[in-house]
Amino acid sequence: MSQSNDGEIQRVDRLLDSTLENVDLAEADVTRIAESAGFDEEDLHRIGIAVRESMVNAVVHGNHYSTKKKVHFSVSHSVEQADAGQPKDRLAVVIEDEGEGFHKTEVPDPLAEENLLRHSGRGLLLIEAFMDRFTIEPRIPQGTKVTLVKYKARS
Amino acid sequence: MSVKLTTRQIGEVTVIDAAGRITLGEGASAFREAIRDIAAKGSAKVLLNLSEITYIDSSGIGELVSGFTTVRNQGGVLKLVGLTKRVQDLLQITKLYTVFDVYDDEATAIRSFT
Repeated sequence: MSQSNDGEIQRVDRLLDSTLENVDLAEADVTRIAESAGFDEEDLHRIGIAVRESMVNAVVHGNHYSTKKKVHFSVSHSVEQADAGQPKDRLAVVIEDEGEGFHKTEVPDPLAEENLLRHSGRGLLLIEAFMDRFTIEPRIPQGTKVTLVKYKARS
Repeated sequence: MSVKLTTRQIGEVTVIDAAGRITLGEGASAFREAIRDIAAKGSAKVLLNLSEITYIDSSGIGELVSGFTTVRNQGGVLKLVGLTKRVQDLLQITKLYTVFDVYDDEATAIRSFT
């Protein structure tokens, strides 16, 4: 099944300092665009949490709050037209940090019995639960890039 | 809005009423300190009322777990009451429903401590 992107409806790109205030800013950007795309209240909440978790990972674990390291953030709403199906609204968020890089295997499984009482380590689990697609890859030349995607049927 | 915390006593049970958001930063820190204060005072029976919590992220969930272990390490018990569907979903996704005792109403939760 081939797909084509019928074009972007809305997009925001930001280069952000590594602060918790910018976590709030990014979440607000995404929630606003997702709302204008017609995502319902529960999806807005879930998307917001997923973006917050990703931004916290970038600011805290990737960039370590460094004033010298930025977070590259973008959110876009587009229509994805599948040849054999209904068009879909696609919300895509890309967040890149300038840290040392990261691999998912570094995080202990939060659902393992021995890890249930750990005080941290659940962020990726929530992102994967709340988004339709989530990928982690190295950022060139340095850091980590995550892509979060959520779809909804186009009304 | 960050988190607003108030405490009250019902018999031997210390009830913490939490409202607002528990997220990384101010909210999570305030919550952590409140639990520590209560544990330091020797409260062995702690009931956390989350009915007015509108938003909690993984850091907030981490503080719930931290509070649970802090109280337990002092020989006490921390339980939860009044979870919204959103918080219930988070506890399900993270399997923490198998860790916490959760109640729908306060009266039943209070009786469970005896």
